[in-house]
Amino acid sequence: MSLLDLSGNLLFAAFICYLIATIFFGGAIKPAKTGAAPARAEQWGKWAITVTIIGFIANLGYFISRWIYTGHAPVSNMFEFTTAFGMFLVASFIVIYFMYRVAALGIVALPIAILIIGYAAMFPKEVSPLVPSLQSHWLTIHVICAAIGESILAISAVAGLIYLLKQVDLTKKSKERFWLEAVMFSLVLVVGFVVSSITFGLMGYEATYQYTDKEDVSRVIVYETPALFGMNNYVEVELVDAEKKVYEPVAEANQSFQPLVEMPAIINGKKLSTVAFSVLFGTIIYLLIRLIGRRSISAMVQPLVKKVNSQLMDEIGYRAVLIGFPVFTLGALIFAMIWAQIAWSRFWGWDPKEVWALVTWLFYAAFLHLRLSKGWEGKKSAWLAVIGFVIIMFNLVFVNLIIAGLHSYAA
Amino acid sequence: MMEKIICTCNHENPVGTNLCEKCGRPLTTEEQEKKIVDMRYDGIAIRSKTHNKSIIDKIWNFFSSVKIGITLIIITLIAASVGTILPQEFAVRVSSESEKAAYYTDVYGWFGTLYYNLGLADLYSSWWFQIIVGMLGISIIVASIDRGFPLHRSLKNQRVKRHISFMKRQRIIAEGQPSQDGDKTLDLLEQKMKDLKYNVRREDNAILAERGRFARYGPYINHVGLIVFLGAVMLRLLPGFYVDESMWLPEGETRAITGMDGYFLHNDQFILETYDNDPQGEQLKQGVNVVAKNFQSNVTLFKQKEGAVAGQTSDLETVKSYDIRVNHPLKHDGYAIYQMDYRLNQLKTMYFDLVNKETEKSLGRVSIDLTNPQDEYVIDDNTKVQLITYLSDFAGFKDGEPQSASPNPNNPAFVFKMFTPETPEGETSFVMIGQKALEPLGENEHMMKFAGVDTRSMSGLTVRKDKTIPILAIGGLIFMIGVVIGSYWNHRRIWVEQLEDGSIRLAAHTNKNWFSLKKDLDGLTEFAHIPQYTDQADLEKVEVEKEGDNIL
Repeated sequence: MSLLDLSGNLLFAAFICYLIATIFFGGAIKPAKTGAAPARAEQWGKWAITVTIIGFIANLGYFISRWIYTGHAPVSNMFEFTTAFGMFLVASFIVIYFMYRVAALGIVALPIAILIIGYAAMFPKEVSPLVPSLQSHWLTIHVICAAIGESILAISAVAGLIYLLKQVDLTKKSKERFWLEAVMFSLVLVVGFVVSSITFGLMGYEATYQYTDKEDVSRVIVYETPALFGMNNYVEVELVDAEKKVYEPVAEANQSFQPLVEMPAIINGKKLSTVAFSVLFGTIIYLLIRLIGRRSISAMVQPLVKKVNSQLMDEIGYRAVLIGFPVFTLGALIFAMIWAQIAWSRFWGWDPKEVWALVTWLFYAAFLHLRLSKGWEGKKSAWLAVIGFVIIMFNLVFVNLIIAGLHSYAA
Repeated sequence: MMEKIICTCNHENPVGTNLCEKCGRPLTTEEQEKKIVDMRYDGIAIRSKTHNKSIIDKIWNFFSSVKIGITLIIITLIAASVGTILPQEFAVRVSSESEKAAYYTDVYGWFGTLYYNLGLADLYSSWWFQIIVGMLGISIIVASIDRGFPLHRSLKNQRVKRHISFMKRQRIIAEGQPSQDGDKTLDLLEQKMKDLKYNVRREDNAILAERGRFARYGPYINHVGLIVFLGAVMLRLLPGFYVDESMWLPEGETRAITGMDGYFLHNDQFILETYDNDPQGEQLKQGVNVVAKNFQSNVTLFKQKEGAVAGQTSDLETVKSYDIRVNHPLKHDGYAIYQMDYRLNQLKTMYFDLVNKETEKSLGRVSIDLTNPQDEYVIDDNTKVQLITYLSDFAGFKDGEPQSASPNPNNPAFVFKMFTPETPEGETSFVMIGQKALEPLGENEHMMKFAGVDTRSMSGLTVRKDKTIPILAIGGLIFMIGVVIGSYWNHRRIWVEQLEDGSIRLAAHTNKNWFSLKKDLDGLTEFAHIPQYTDQADLEKVEVEKEGDNIL
């Protein structure tokens, strides 16, 4: 078994551990009915955190073995960075758990970490060599520090979500109830993305199209899902000469699924198709869950968090922002500026990723000021924490994959 | 003369005070009606809440408002994100203004046109964006002064004993008889508080225990850091603080460094290395065949001797040799030179054979150094070639005259006059790359036959000087120190008074992290046998306790 295989297996082991630990945490907070329940819940809690720690050690093992194999910190592409983010999220959870000992945090934090790692695993896992600008120790320092900061900030969203699940009245129709369920739905969409990627992956679906990009250059793209949306001026082609990279149009009889709609050059039809399938699969899964549970997901989760102390949850959310904000500032802005000065000759260049790091930072600055001066505690603070996490995810997914700048892993 | 509010305890407080500076009594009806007093600035009077007459007061009050500050943060946030919807102008690789406008229209359609016309394509250098950031800066300064100084005064002059109306309106309170050792309670409390690293002050039968007061200064320190940082950013607008130039330096050449007077740079070699891996994963998906491994310019830095004429290259002193790579700029004298770009296969020398068209026999070869073309190339006594015109970047004819688009040898063209023993009066030929030569003055017997080329690489370098970097670094450092102090420490205070009848009245406050404060109090409660405290803000806990009472 090569080091890379070992690394992959360790990640898989961590993934399984997190799944088991989530169930254990569920046991730890099951509403107590019998007299012996508190002691039993405590026992479940002990098992849960133990399994979480074992999972984290395996996760760390993945990280270190991949680091040794590639020779650089494994944070240099979408798969590596997102996995690392998931790992740091678990680490932050473990730290916060030992500070406050609240099992309910586990049943939200771990599933989110599982979704993040699952999402990461859908990206190519192969090792790609580093371009010159990434060959720097600042890659390690800047990216890891920023990821740790973001993961601690994400814990505040976990606490906020628990607070809302407990506090929002789900019996009455309200905006809050709608948006809370929307958050749940968007988490299911990630499952939809994973399920659709795995499904088409197992089918080995592949279709190649030639298209014209926005600069009027003819290019070739490989779809891994049926092309619901076609690229600009698409023609399905096949590789006839791998050596010289010669493509020829596919005869009509042999064509695979043909796009329903052709997109203009500025919209990537392949990515849009992937999104459409994620939404399709996600919606089906969501509807199935609702059919089986006969309730909204929020209502299914609510009983698990009923016993949580709201005041404490509010404080954990605030504390997580307080701990995460300086780390994020250091990693995502200060170290980023130092590296940018060394690599690109200027510490700030309004690159989209830089701007979004600033936007995230400004958002949490506003959060802190609203809480301190305007007394935004409780629900308001919890909603802000959830929005903060949405911004972080936007930064990770959208800015990296759609808004291509200097940071884009797709560049 | 400012009016004063005189508290029942006879202390004179400035107008606008919410809680008496001495005893803590709530002074306004608003505070008196609250169950828990607002401890945000310890109830002090702040300028913006007391002055509202002159125009200066009004401006001051505007900028000191935290609401305005937050609004400015949100506006900056939204504006900044709008600038990422489409690429900014500087990221678009077109040169002229009109081309830019056309680019946005061509690529993004009506939305691109709108985006460009609204000025969003150059958002970050727009006047309005800079004004918003400037206003945010002013807001930070004014709000910090407005609150920082009164708060400092108040924290320095804290009294130990507080009035019952202050104590009862704290979030955490405890009241009642100690369960044992009532005569030693204060001593026990003091001992335990000291163990918990509190600063303890005791006056008569009252205790004020305080920990981490410096944490209250964190926000003000980090605001100072931000102001230093923003100030440094503005400094670079002054001449001499900031140099940002770029230059092309072909291999084998020495050129004056743009923006770095008196210095010259020689390019010994440009190196491009690529990985020889098989494309896989991400790389394969994106159709990238070869990944670059290293961009490197091996250079030598020269300095002119003192008193030399500007631009004179004859008398240069070697400063140092350095291999400039990405992430490894050449640094000297406050300047840094970065590897930013490169061009491979730039034409350097072109070779031509002077050939008799009929016999195809060569009469000799000339080599033309494109950076230094000669007027005449002599082959022997009777055979020579004159270079009448050299066009480095031939771009067609205008009014019958050949034109050159740039001084770079991108598309060289030549007007030769060939002299041979057979044609001593000379024959004129216009030679271009890849095209048949023109013979404007009649058909020639001879031709200049292309015989080869030497190429070289060219390094694209950026020259930077930024004197504001140390100030920026100091600003960043101050900010980090401030934000860490304000986030990782908190100001905890516990007031205790033992009344005549031996009962204990306790109140506690922290600016953040109530969880840890409660842990401290749990320790105190157990150690000194004082009554259990209640958290008046934790309604669920209160309810649970009430329910418990009912059951009993």
